Amino acid sequence: MKYLLMIYENEKAAETLSEADVQRVMGEYGTFEAAIKQSGHFISGEELEPTAAATTVRIRDGKRLTTDGPFAETREQLGGFFLVEARDLDEAIGIASRIPSARSGSVEVRPVREFTMPQD
Amino acid sequence: MMDTTSILERAHREDYGRIVATLIRVLDGDFGAAEEVVQDAFAAALKQWPREGVPREPAGWLMRVARNKAVDRMRRSARLEARVGELEAVAPSVDAAEWQTLPDDSLRLLFTCCHPALSPEAQVALALRCLCGLTTEQIARAFLVSPATLAQRLVRAQRKIRTARIPYVIPEPEALAERTEGVLHTLYLVFSEGYAATDGPALLRVDLCEEALRLARLARSLLPEDAEVASLRALMLLHHSRRRARVAADGGLVLLDRQDRSLWDGAQRDEGLAELESALGMGARGAYTVQAAIAALHAQAPRAEDTDWAQIAALYARLVVLTPGPVVALNHAAAVAMARGPEHGLSLVDDLEASGRLADYHLLPAARADLLRRLGRKDEAVSAYRRALAMVRTAPERRFLEARLRELLAE
Repeated sequence: MKYLLMIYENEKAAETLSEADVQRVMGEYGTFEAAIKQSGHFISGEELEPTAAATTVRIRDGKRLTTDGPFAETREQLGGFFLVEARDLDEAIGIASRIPSARSGSVEVRPVREFTMPQD
Repeated sequence: MMDTTSILERAHREDYGRIVATLIRVLDGDFGAAEEVVQDAFAAALKQWPREGVPREPAGWLMRVARNKAVDRMRRSARLEARVGELEAVAPSVDAAEWQTLPDDSLRLLFTCCHPALSPEAQVALALRCLCGLTTEQIARAFLVSPATLAQRLVRAQRKIRTARIPYVIPEPEALAERTEGVLHTLYLVFSEGYAATDGPALLRVDLCEEALRLARLARSLLPEDAEVASLRALMLLHHSRRRARVAADGGLVLLDRQDRSLWDGAQRDEGLAELESALGMGARGAYTVQAAIAALHAQAPRAEDTDWAQIAALYARLVVLTPGPVVALNHAAAVAMARGPEHGLSLVDDLEASGRLADYHLLPAARADLLRRLGRKDEAVSAYRRALAMVRTAPERRFLEARLRELLAE
């Protein structure tokens, strides 16, 4: 079963990290990603640009509304993700808890809905 | 000779949880389907047993019928054909010995119900429903929520177990720690529901207490180094050792100070005291430990008047800090009344009443009535007893309060 592990962190705090800290975190992520590739859990994973680079699109009454943002009211913003293959929620939680940012931010573990083709 | 209905009722009380637990495993974690087939099996028994006689091993019969219904269900959904063979291996006979040796899925079910991905309210409700066979109405009453709210909570929890694929397993050692607290809290509530049933004709539901004790013993073997598990098990054993003395011949409640202590189960009490010793040895200092220590002081007094109330009042004061709550505060007040005199207890009870936190809890006016009676303030005591009677829910507690009121009026 696939799970999306969404990594939330305080963007403002991340901006103030020293160069050495950034290098350390990058190293930790490299090690983590190599490990879950090795164990066969990794499907994909990316780091996102900050929410300042984001654009939001809505269609209302058939018209497209494009706006800047989202303007995050929350303390933590989505900053990256991993899509993993895991046996069950416990295994997914185990992987999520090894993501370096779990120690400073939070990781949402969300099952990916599976569609099964009807058989006859 | 018991009639069919009482045999069936007993099977429902004693075996429902175990049968459901097994069916959930073989139905791949589908709680709803498992409950349905087990309920169908009980319905079938209700029809067949009066006609054909009660089977030699009722629980085995129910398991077999529920299993067959589950097989039918799976056959209808062709995708699951592969699992049918595995399912058919479960409870193939109604033999008593085989029923005893079936794998015990209850602990697995308990850990699934108490998965931290579920809300704490849902965890306990699910456990009471699936493990103990309590109805949605009974659980709703215990939690003071409407049956509709509770039913919704249960449906959401079961859906999450399915969609997020919460595994039906006892967790790996490294995940046990964050799960233990919920499991212990659930066992505590199951035991409490049995020890002081929130509704119904019976004061005690010994079957629930015994199920909680059985699971506590399993949890203890799983977590031998956990001080809180040992404390909770000590607490349950010490309370349960008094069960025979708590209910009078007429089914009425007998309070601790009037219990015939020779009826206490000495072996169970000693086991409880030993559990508490080992919990303290592991450095236990939590709420279960304090409660077990209070129960131990009661258990060690040869007569009611020998009870070390000063120490019990001190332990309750500690408990008020650990688990602040109005019921604990009321127990503290009662202990202070015993240690230092009824007037000290009454002022604590009055404070509690003024806080309005126990507005519809019958034991508050009942405790007040008792203290007023001991202070010789008869008229106030009578009106407090009447207020308690207006709120009480179980029949034996009602009879107890009525008897106390009659005694007082006759003085």
